[in-house]
Amino acid sequence: MAQITLIEAVTQALAWEMKHDSSVLVLGEDVGVNGGVFRATQGLLQQFGEGRVLDTPLDETTIAGLTVGLAAQGMKPVAEAQFEGFIYAMLEQIICHAARLRNRTRGRMSVPAVFRAPWGGGIRAPEHHSEANEALFTNVPGLRVVLPSSPARAYGLLLAAIRDPDPVIFFEPKRIYRQYKEEVPDDGEALPLDVCFVLRDGTDVTLVTWGAQVKETLEAAEALAADGISAEVIDVATLKPLDFDTIAESVAKTGRCVIVHEAPRTAGFGAEIAARLAEHSMYDLLAPVERVTGYDTHIPLFRLEMKYLPGVDKIVAAAKRTLAAG
Amino acid sequence: MSVVATFEIEYLQYLDTEGRLIREDLPAFARDIRQLVDIYKLMTYLRVFDGKAVALQRTGKLGTYASCLGHEAAHVAIGSAMQEDDSLAVSYREYGAQFFRGVRARDVLMYWGGDERGSDFAGPAHDFPWCVPIATQCLHAAGSALAFKLRKEPRVAVCTVGDGGSSKADFNSAINVAGAMQLPLVAVIVNNQWAISVPRSAQTGAKTLAQKGIAAGLDCIQVDGNDLIAMRAALDHAIKRARHGHGGTVIEAVTYRLSDHTTADDARRYRPDAEVKEAWEREPLKRIRAYLSSLNAWSDEEEAAWKAQCGDLVDAEVNAYLETKSQPVEAMFDYTYAELPPDLAAQRAEAIAREHGG
Repeated sequence: MAQITLIEAVTQALAWEMKHDSSVLVLGEDVGVNGGVFRATQGLLQQFGEGRVLDTPLDETTIAGLTVGLAAQGMKPVAEAQFEGFIYAMLEQIICHAARLRNRTRGRMSVPAVFRAPWGGGIRAPEHHSEANEALFTNVPGLRVVLPSSPARAYGLLLAAIRDPDPVIFFEPKRIYRQYKEEVPDDGEALPLDVCFVLRDGTDVTLVTWGAQVKETLEAAEALAADGISAEVIDVATLKPLDFDTIAESVAKTGRCVIVHEAPRTAGFGAEIAARLAEHSMYDLLAPVERVTGYDTHIPLFRLEMKYLPGVDKIVAAAKRTLAAG
Repeated sequence: MSVVATFEIEYLQYLDTEGRLIREDLPAFARDIRQLVDIYKLMTYLRVFDGKAVALQRTGKLGTYASCLGHEAAHVAIGSAMQEDDSLAVSYREYGAQFFRGVRARDVLMYWGGDERGSDFAGPAHDFPWCVPIATQCLHAAGSALAFKLRKEPRVAVCTVGDGGSSKADFNSAINVAGAMQLPLVAVIVNNQWAISVPRSAQTGAKTLAQKGIAAGLDCIQVDGNDLIAMRAALDHAIKRARHGHGGTVIEAVTYRLSDHTTADDARRYRPDAEVKEAWEREPLKRIRAYLSSLNAWSDEEEAAWKAQCGDLVDAEVNAYLETKSQPVEAMFDYTYAELPPDLAAQRAEAIAREHGG
């Protein structure tokens, strides 16, 4: 069995589903001959032809609007925004139509589509190529928002996203596109779209995160273990709908919670998790919930971006503060 | 210097404002007088319905309503030229096109009466619902056209947009991609001269709106939008071209919004009465009726009888609307996703409990 990277897992999932469902097609900028700027669609044009892999005009509004129309007429489009910073031109089509068509028509029409985009900072990219804008979408009824953090989860969650009858925003943490390889059986097995994944068991503090920060969070857990602190690590993976039960169960056990995300702090998705902990887990908490996040600034250009992103030291310090508090 | 491309925009008109034929080449469909009468009858029904809908809003029995007064020829021509398998993506006042496709007056009233079930209308299931975000429906039509083309189905996607909407990215994106991909798309710009209070002249420096299609590589034509025969002829030609894989067309239907933008608008604030009065001289029903009368195909007696019948038909639709009970509170949850996520199911239960005093 081949060891593959996260980006290769994306390609593998696309190819599997295109092979087994003739209504699945890929559209976007440079997804054809070029195979996508990150090579997510590498080889798909050769394998499936021009009718399944479509290079669109260079216009995100076009990509999103075509996706709505295609999906409403029975296709299963997987649209690519070349970077998450270019997705804003798609927002009206995503929010007013993709997310809403089922509701607007009482289920007569729907948009079984996936909007994929490379997401997040830390790759020394140009301006507008490094954003963590997932919270914009978690506030939109009718969407699912998914952020895989490993090759296996990218494969299984993308399959699930394509098969889901509703629109899914599928953000791929580009910083870990090629960070490591793991065995990902190409067996067409989807992962559930409504669960968090517990990546490490622990008893003292719960570390909740998603996307590329899973890497730093696992490293922080390792560092904490060296200090005798047992941290549980949860990869939220599907932000909307949120599997809060898994987080609550963990916090019931540990009594402490640190939420880690790249996005700005205010109204970031960590705020939702913290609010739910306040609502449902108040009496389980031994210490205030901590958030380790990006600042409420624009992510800086790359000379400073690593100072913006949460890092292992900040996560460790926050976890230790929760232990000191109670 | 050499010329690398030249373009021109044709203007199509068959009937003058008095209903006199000004061209010799009457299209085939117009020689079928019985069909022409049927289309005219639907235009009359539309006008009766429209007046009734405005009255319902004025008496508090309907929410904000967007009138189609003055657009009847353009709208009905669209519906009558399409096949059922084709897909229609409208903005929010093209009831005439939709009635032809099976949408009922009660569906329209349900929508403006604050009930989502209006958009689960009796028309074709592959037709899009009313679309308030300006011009966004044009790309849904383009996406539909792409689906038809990819599946090699001989179907056409038709969208309508206003003169204001032709300024928006989504319209320009739709016609651009239709040209780039040779899609079976027919985009009808219903140029009624006013985008709420902003006149056509403020939308673009272009001499016509039809010519926007030139840059996209589509066929384009400007049509007297109050001339049923011209509108239908232009649509027949464009739809046939699209269906046979020859690409898309932009049709600019030049008409006039004789009503306020919606019942929430007061057009007297921004346009002179004289302009509206003059526009009434060109209105679409009068001229097709005059034409049919000149052929002895429609009499004053028939007109009076049909109008009375329209009143009864519309009243029945209004009653059906008024008698339809509201959806239960949980209906706001039930179409958010195919399957309700657990946290939303909890909110649904909470809403139901509140209904029962919980």
